Amino acid sequence: MRTVIAEDSVLLRAGLTKLLETTGFEVAAAVDDAAGLLAAVERHRPELVIADVRMPPTFTDEGIRAALVVRRQWPEVAIMVLSQYVEERYAADLLSTSTTGVGYLLKDRVADVNVFLESLRRVAAGGTALDPEVVAQLLVRRQNTPLDRLTGREREVLGLMAEGRSNAGIAEKLVVSESAVAKHINSIFTKLDLPTSEGDHRRVLAVLRFLERASPTV
Amino acid sequence: MNTVLAPIGRFLLAPWRGRAWRDLWFVILSSALSLLPLGLIGLPWAVFAPTHLPSILACAFLPVLAAVLLGPQLTTLRRYVYYEIRGAQIPRAPHTTRDAASADAPFLQRMRVRLRHPRTWRQACYHLIAGPAANLVGVIAGTMWVAGLICFGWLGMAIVLGPDWKWLSMATSLALWRALACLVVVYLAPWLVMASVRWDLKFATDLLGPSRAERLARRLTDLTESRAAVVDAADAERRRIERDLHDGAQQRLVSLAMNLGLARATLKDLPEDARTALAEAHEEAKEALGELRNLVRGLHPVVLEDRGLDAALSGIAARSPVPVRLAVDVPRRVPPTVEAVAYFMVSEALANVAKHAQASAARVDVWLDGALLRLSVADDGIGGADAARGSGLTGLAQRAASVDGRLEIVSPVGGPTTVMVELPCEL
Repeated sequence: MRTVIAEDSVLLRAGLTKLLETTGFEVAAAVDDAAGLLAAVERHRPELVIADVRMPPTFTDEGIRAALVVRRQWPEVAIMVLSQYVEERYAADLLSTSTTGVGYLLKDRVADVNVFLESLRRVAAGGTALDPEVVAQLLVRRQNTPLDRLTGREREVLGLMAEGRSNAGIAEKLVVSESAVAKHINSIFTKLDLPTSEGDHRRVLAVLRFLERASPTV
Repeated sequence: MNTVLAPIGRFLLAPWRGRAWRDLWFVILSSALSLLPLGLIGLPWAVFAPTHLPSILACAFLPVLAAVLLGPQLTTLRRYVYYEIRGAQIPRAPHTTRDAASADAPFLQRMRVRLRHPRTWRQACYHLIAGPAANLVGVIAGTMWVAGLICFGWLGMAIVLGPDWKWLSMATSLALWRALACLVVVYLAPWLVMASVRWDLKFATDLLGPSRAERLARRLTDLTESRAAVVDAADAERRRIERDLHDGAQQRLVSLAMNLGLARATLKDLPEDARTALAEAHEEAKEALGELRNLVRGLHPVVLEDRGLDAALSGIAARSPVPVRLAVDVPRRVPPTVEAVAYFMVSEALANVAKHAQASAARVDVWLDGALLRLSVADDGIGGADAARGSGLTGLAQRAASVDGRLEIVSPVGGPTTVMVELPCEL
């Protein structure tokens, strides 16, 4: 899989390159700032982009902003954003364009190599991967929304869906059967008024509904 | 020995020390200045010799008014003389808004403002009473001193040069007494002169300089400024440490943990104990990462700087072990220092809830109320929190006070507990 890495720390950039190359990815370019990232995407047309949030020159959120540009100009490119801190606003920015092929993880997750690679593959295949910390942040906002109608368990399930897990993954995590998970998910769809006809996309819509609450400005 | 003799020597030499003579010179000049306003008052009485009530009133009232209104000019003159002769700086009174407002006003209004200003009367008090009184003491002492010196010299001349030794023997006792008296006066008078100058300076400093209230106001301004500077500096330092850790240690640890993870995932044919060691190292590295991240977040979260309070608070609320509902209504960014204080207060308050309250839920509300940032952290726990006892709560109160904020805790035994904070946004 052709990948472009944007990360300003030399050590981490080299480490990520090595990790990806050892595990069957093809690293087309590894750059150290947002401008370099856009140029590399233009030239290599990768399938996947891995970007750090904080990069030169201002070390604030150029990674997110560059990712948004990539989303707009090359919607087919999957993006995994890594950050030292997770912040649901960044996630909401990122997901405001579309919810497919997007990941947003805490940098620490890179250490769990297998989980991390699994997330990368999921995102490249058009899925989502949200850090559990982002999902936790979404749950603390007090708002009177359809989300409030969800039961505790349903919120948990929705949270795990937002992280990008499959029904089997959720069932494993919550130690329940897969059919129980399916039941919860159906109930969530009903409570959030998501029509049945859209099939699998309802998962994404539910997650999006979830994220929209977090950021009324987006 | 020196310590005993030195004061005696100083005393004996007093009349011949430069400082005493300089003070005498100062008394003379200062008295001349004192005569100015006094002369102003005395003049009409001497010239017109008023006999009827209206003229007496006019003679009494108008010169005093003139002296009062000439106060600033007299004060400037005084200041100059003090500085030139004594090297003493009379501190300047600060310009108040009242002075500034009256600068362009019509003459009569300006006069009215000035007559009402306490400084005008303090100055008049010095120019008409305190200064002349101190000078009077100085002039009397100085006259005695000079007269004593002349008498002493004259007696000495008479004793040494007097041709008539018989006259001397007859007058011995009387002349001796006179000489002794002169000697005493010559040694005591300079001290009185110096004392009078010191009083004069004290009166001038107290009455011509800033009043106690003005000095306190000034000091308050200075302290407020320096405190704000200290709070800002501490904040900047936290950011710097955060940045250093982020750019250095954290990146290295992530890289290390990743490499260990990679080794663990790829090196499957290692001996059992090597694999265990690798796994342990990997777990340790991940734990260290987590700890470092929490530490850095406690210093100054990046997201607070980039995206403001709302974003940063959702981060701490999400990590709280007690479920938290958060509502933030702060439509504009408040000063960074206030944001930082608010963030730490919520963070501390939630930590307290988790540690002591035995609560099942907490609520954090933050909203902007005019120029005040208000926040409240409420829980449904056991209550009984007391700011007077808990060091954590004392810390919170101090934190709020560092930006002139206020903290209030409502926590009856049995609960619930609400911590309310007010932080002014204009520092």
